[in-house]
Amino acid sequence: MNIGNLPFIVAALLVVFGLYTLLFKRNLIKLVIGITLVETGVNLFLVTLGYRTGGISPIYTYAPEAQQMVLPTPQALTLTSIVIGLATTALLLSFAVFVHRHYGTLDVRKVKELKG
Amino acid sequence: MTALTTHAPVLLIAVPLLGAFAAPLVGKLGRGARNTLIGLIVLIVAALAALLAVDIFGASGAPTVYELGGGTFTFPLSGGQIPVRILFEVDGMGAFMCLITALIVLTGAIFSFSYWKERSGGNLFFSLFLLLTAGIFGMQLTGDMFNFFVFLEITSIAAAGLVGFRVWLKQSQEAGFKVMAMYTLSGLFVLLAIGLLYGQHGHLNMATLASSISGGLVDTIALGLLLTGLAMKAGAVPMHMWAPDAYGEAPAPTSAVLVANSQASLYGLFRILFTLFGVSISASTTGWILIVLALLTIFVGVTMALIQSDLKRLIAYGAVSQIGYMMLGVGVGLAVSAAKPEYGLVAMQGGIFHMLNDAACVGLLFFASGAVIRASGTRDLNRMGGLGHRMTWTSIFFAIGAVALAGVPPFNGFASKFLIYEASFKLSPFLAVIAVLSSILLLAVFIKAFQAAFLGPKTDATAHVSDPSLGMMLPMAALVLVIIVFGLFPGFFVDQIVTPAAKALWLGRDAYIHAVLGGV
Repeated sequence: MNIGNLPFIVAALLVVFGLYTLLFKRNLIKLVIGITLVETGVNLFLVTLGYRTGGISPIYTYAPEAQQMVLPTPQALTLTSIVIGLATTALLLSFAVFVHRHYGTLDVRKVKELKG
Repeated sequence: MTALTTHAPVLLIAVPLLGAFAAPLVGKLGRGARNTLIGLIVLIVAALAALLAVDIFGASGAPTVYELGGGTFTFPLSGGQIPVRILFEVDGMGAFMCLITALIVLTGAIFSFSYWKERSGGNLFFSLFLLLTAGIFGMQLTGDMFNFFVFLEITSIAAAGLVGFRVWLKQSQEAGFKVMAMYTLSGLFVLLAIGLLYGQHGHLNMATLASSISGGLVDTIALGLLLTGLAMKAGAVPMHMWAPDAYGEAPAPTSAVLVANSQASLYGLFRILFTLFGVSISASTTGWILIVLALLTIFVGVTMALIQSDLKRLIAYGAVSQIGYMMLGVGVGLAVSAAKPEYGLVAMQGGIFHMLNDAACVGLLFFASGAVIRASGTRDLNRMGGLGHRMTWTSIFFAIGAVALAGVPPFNGFASKFLIYEASFKLSPFLAVIAVLSSILLLAVFIKAFQAAFLGPKTDATAHVSDPSLGMMLPMAALVLVIIVFGLFPGFFVDQIVTPAAKALWLGRDAYIHAVLGGV
């Protein structure tokens, strides 16, 4: 197996672990961790997508001739995604703080005034 | 094309975005200054959306490409040309969605001025409201997959903020967490799919991507992820758990904007299914998946609405079920899009027309529920009653919205639902049976709600209630006008705006691609 595929496998594992956490954990903080795991997996996937073995950073000025560059677009995507992820994680955690303040617990089985 | 129409798509996003950040600052000067600013912004937005619609429908819905800064470009690029290629591509469907959003935002903002008069948190509310508006317009106008994701996340954060920004309310925090978690997950599915498509084809622009998608394994996985993510964000069953919480817990004027947000996700889904993938996927399989999701959404939404005793939650489940009708119409169109029989286009017209009708009816119902809750001080239907004696106009408006949403002639809901029944019956009578049955159940739901809230004897509790102020009555009256006019003259509107929108999706894939890539 090509060693270069390893990051893709790690990314897939991170997404799977994250989805597992979301489905089977009952603590709000752990749910946030699960979402962050999925997000990290997706970001890793994007960065790996743009990597070329032995590639240099994609800056054209003074770049050596005939040298392969890594793709710049996935890096830009990842950067945007990380910034968005920061905002969503902060918002989720602040909701968790206020849920704890009102309900006195982080257990989703006890936080269920809205159902049906 | 005048200078203003050239910049209309950019301005539609930029004006509310600037307003969102200016609102808290101007709010420091006082309520009057803030309301003037917000009123100005929503008026500009509505005018721009109308201008864009005139431009697009004047060309009978043909796609038009707008570039940030209004520069012109030719493809392929000649040497040394590096334009700022932030593209907006608008066709009949996009312009149609912008009209819906503009209608809801305009009425919602005017309603909110009175609604927030006696409440705290108005500055935060208007900031998030305009941010959500900017995000929705972005999703509907953009011609680029990654920009679509960014706008999707903007709407996610703003919508979850709107649900939960009143941190002193217990249940809104629970709803806010649930909404944000589901929105984030759906956004990540979309991002993963965009990554897969970029890895396979090396493009992010929708038109170039559409021209190179061939329907291989990676494309199919990406389609599955996009379908899941966007259906989740539109609130389709079985991923609907967040939707009643969000619509129910958000302040009344914004529940309607959240429904517009769900419709924007639905628009993204339709755009991806028809324009991005089109004939390269097995359209009948995807179409039937959409139909099954739609039937589940319709049926579960209505039956859950039947057992609610909370007024807003009841309307929220009604709104969930209406998402199903749109998916049913477009799903029938997609399922037969290979053979393209006549009734496929009818189904598409019905599904797309229902988006506009649903926005008007659900908006009206949420506004009326806001007025009812303000007057009675409770959301529990069991503790209301007799409000109709003193809230005559509100009860009439509520009744019109309810029967229109349930598809009773001569209102607009009937016009679009009839197209859906007719076309889905031709594909399979079973579909039409479920759709009609659920509409009847929905009527029962709203009769129950109307009876519980407005009918009954005069009591001491209802002695002091009254119709809300003019600022809240006007937006409701405007939506009633839309409902009646669209119900009385459906043919005119179907010809003028719905058919170009439906054709842009159903037949317009090549035109959409060539508008960017050139050629015929």
